[in-house]
Amino acid sequence: MNCLDQVFRDEWGRVLAALIGFLGDFDLAEEAAQEAFAIAAERWPATGAPDNPRAWLVTTARNRAIDRIRRERVLAAKTCLLDVPEATEDEVDDTTIPDERLELIFTCCHPSLALDAQVALTLRTLGGLTNEEIARAFLVPDETMAKRLVRAKTKIRAAAIPFRVPPPHLLPDRLAAVLAVAYLIFNEGYGGRGDLATEAIRLGRALAELMPDEPEVHGLLALMLLNDARRDARFADGAIVLLHEQDRALWHLGQIAEGRAILDRAVALGGRDTYVLQAAIAALHVEDPQDWPQIAALYGELGRRTGSAVVELNRAAAIAEAGDPEGALALVDRLELERYHYLHATRAELLRRLDRPDDARAAYSRALELVHADAERRFLERRLAELPPS
Amino acid sequence: MRYMLLIQQGDTPTPGTDAWDGMSADEQQAVYADYQALNETPGVTPGAWMEGPETATTVRVQDGRTLTTDGPFVSVKEALGGYLFFEADDLDAAIELASRIPAARLGGAIEVRPLKGS
Repeated sequence: MNCLDQVFRDEWGRVLAALIGFLGDFDLAEEAAQEAFAIAAERWPATGAPDNPRAWLVTTARNRAIDRIRRERVLAAKTCLLDVPEATEDEVDDTTIPDERLELIFTCCHPSLALDAQVALTLRTLGGLTNEEIARAFLVPDETMAKRLVRAKTKIRAAAIPFRVPPPHLLPDRLAAVLAVAYLIFNEGYGGRGDLATEAIRLGRALAELMPDEPEVHGLLALMLLNDARRDARFADGAIVLLHEQDRALWHLGQIAEGRAILDRAVALGGRDTYVLQAAIAALHVEDPQDWPQIAALYGELGRRTGSAVVELNRAAAIAEAGDPEGALALVDRLELERYHYLHATRAELLRRLDRPDDARAAYSRALELVHADAERRFLERRLAELPPS
Repeated sequence: MRYMLLIQQGDTPTPGTDAWDGMSADEQQAVYADYQALNETPGVTPGAWMEGPETATTVRVQDGRTLTTDGPFVSVKEALGGYLFFEADDLDAAIELASRIPAARLGGAIEVRPLKGS
């Protein structure tokens, strides 16, 4: 990525947010922003970037949009068909371009939009990803993604989804929706598509900067940083590598330290909710030796808050590591996750440790029937092959 | 922006049903009071209550022939029970009003639809 691309990546969300705030229209704002960035790409290499690239981009885009509205108004006057509101042209004060990214995030993640549309819109508007990039990331045809974005923008306009930070009585639910979108993007990346994880962390950093007093925002950022810090150690020869077998030399220690510091901030702010708990678990996971009883206790707390059987499965794994594989197996057998391959993989591992290789073999086979990702399949096949013959 | 709030009754007890009679007088009064308060909310234009979905007739035209079927377009459970109009600044305000409609908490659901050209 060259210098100009970097400026575009860094500034796109903020410039677009300012334009939507000013123009009140996603499409018009997006077209104007694209035009301004195109002019910059043409001019800046020759003239050098202006002192304040963001102000330049917003001002240029605003002027282009105003020109467009004027042209359409002239056309409307001629045809008497369109009712275009009066365009106002303010002198742009370069120093006071408001940061409206939060308004933009909350609009994109409005619960009246389908979740996949929230995700796509967030990546498009805040992240500056193209339709094609988002389509590739989510393995859908370009056309499907383009339609999804058009439909979402149409609904924002037609249903009057507000461009604002929600008032306090709505904020907790809306913030949860925003964080869920960021975390979903991260998890798509965590499955191997690293760009998305990077994108989610960028989004998390922006949120932490914009909402410095929200513990869950810091909790999510800490969680993503701590997990992402192990990205280079998670795969070897195309197979997934379990945490305790990972090569710690491949961990990004600086990022782990940063994640821990941000977690401390979340806890200092009184954070005890799900992202903070998950970040605390992730922080314990990268310690050596791991404090398994403490990890199991945190999973217990997380399970009480979420009611999630998947969290219970993780708690079982922690209980086993803490020295009680039989208790762990009893817990696993109570969970209703028949279609979840991790349940069977975890059972298999517990049965192997309890010297029940035949039962372990059956459980690995069931996990293999359900698994989709190749890296995990290879891991399970290797485990199955390592079992002693019956 | 003008919205139409379509009240899908679902399993909501409505007057004249056994489920309604099974509610306490206080609960029934609360439902009446809630609708009264909604109708008096600035921006709200009350609609008319509809007879039950079993009284509905659905009309389609195929190849120029008018076909009628007994019953609502969707299944009885999802049938429309009533509607109201709401003039609001944005969708959040309409969602808040929708959440105050008793049917929304009694087993039904509210569909919020912006009206064209408003």
